Amino acid sequence: MKNKPVLELKGSLLTLMVLNLFNSDNEVIAKALAEKISKAPDFFQQVPIVIDLQALEDNPIILDLSELIKLLRTYGLTPVAVRGGSIEQNEIALNMNLGILNNIKSQTSASQLTEETKIAVTPEILPTKIIRNPIRSGQQVIADKGDLIVLSTVSHGAEILADRHIHVYGALRGRALAGINGDKKAQIFCQQLYADLLSIAGQYQVNEDFPNDLIGKSAQVYLEQDNLIIKEL
Amino acid sequence: MSKIIVITSGKGGVGKTTTSAAFATGLALRDYKTIVIDFDVGLRNLDLVMGCERRVVYDFINVINGEANINQALIKDKRVENLFILPASQTRNKDALTLKGIARVLEELKKNFDYIICDSPAGIEHGAIMAMYFADEALIVTNPEVSSVRDSDRIIGMLSSKTRRAMQKMPPIKEHLLITRYEQKRVNKGEMLSIKDVEEILAIPLLGVIPESLEILKASNSGVPITYNKETDAGQAYLDVVARFLGEEPPKRKKKGFFRRWFGRKL
Repeated sequence: MKNKPVLELKGSLLTLMVLNLFNSDNEVIAKALAEKISKAPDFFQQVPIVIDLQALEDNPIILDLSELIKLLRTYGLTPVAVRGGSIEQNEIALNMNLGILNNIKSQTSASQLTEETKIAVTPEILPTKIIRNPIRSGQQVIADKGDLIVLSTVSHGAEILADRHIHVYGALRGRALAGINGDKKAQIFCQQLYADLLSIAGQYQVNEDFPNDLIGKSAQVYLEQDNLIIKEL
Repeated sequence: MSKIIVITSGKGGVGKTTTSAAFATGLALRDYKTIVIDFDVGLRNLDLVMGCERRVVYDFINVINGEANINQALIKDKRVENLFILPASQTRNKDALTLKGIARVLEELKKNFDYIICDSPAGIEHGAIMAMYFADEALIVTNPEVSSVRDSDRIIGMLSSKTRRAMQKMPPIKEHLLITRYEQKRVNKGEMLSIKDVEEILAIPLLGVIPESLEILKASNSGVPITYNKETDAGQAYLDVVARFLGEEPPKRKKKGFFRRWFGRKL
């Protein structure tokens, strides 16, 4: 017999319905709620819902949270947690068997702000990888951020990959994959096209499908409406 | 300064062992104290090609394992002074090769020899890596055909990444291209890659070209390295390779003239 674990605790991302409140008057809320729910009463049956109080933070009238929870329950909803409430409101929620969720909005806005200021101070420069030696069969070179520039040849059976553009100044005989993280604007440039395979953002072509007259020529490879285009330079 | 040279190719049957025997003999004929080590553990061939198979008592693996000392295992060539052979074990496999053991043996040999030639097994696995690991220079033996060229390319890549010189960021291994089994006739007919094609793809300096020759098969079977037979194209070509390796510029061998080609060797 296999030893099956009895239980497992795992973090999981779920889609939950959130009730955002912009008014703290219970009567007004009740009216609006009745109107919403009357449109699709079945849809709201037993549905877990999070009560978001963040918008009411600075509201002078304090919402009666216990009233609201009772109200939601009468409509068949299942309030599961509160977010963005005051200390007192959190206390009420806990007493009524609801969870407390972190106030994500203020966090994100704060982090967004720092991110923005960071970008403003030092614009992000993607590092370019420059390879001077030949890339031999069986070798793989990845520029997982930015461009890849190869000053020598890329042999048959070698593979070069880049987050953005690829430039090859020797003969390109191996596989070249640009835009590996989905950048459809990435391109491949080479002096002598003999590649085994060319790919941009997952759209690929093998050597046999290349236009014959371009073999050995200098070429540019790009995507046009998700079609891989190989053009003489 | 003693030098370690690996004879390697990736692909099998291209002439590594023949080249090891001929090249080592050529160096010894030039009065360099030379030893050739068979790394092809389990498929012992070098001693056959060198004609000393009946004198093998201890082998490379015995020395690595400390079951014999190096002098017990070395076989002195009967034809030329200064040439020694360290045979592979036929009963073991390549896992018996350890970096530590090889390093110890090579250190010992460096004291006494000018050139240490390592005859690599085919493939890109453990045995081949062990043979190339300590090399200072490499002879990449390539036939003028696509699969051999591709495998050589792979091996050159490994020389610059999997060896001691690569890992310890020392100056890289000096690479030499040796094209073997070359037939101008078939190149002209487009059946074989030309020297230029091979050079272009591999992009390493060409040390020499050995023509396809029936004499080589004869030499291998009789256990006499082809280098002794200067009258043959292949024997002369190997002597030229040795000369070029030593930094000399041997005279250009004239291609057979029209009449000679027409009437074959009879003229």
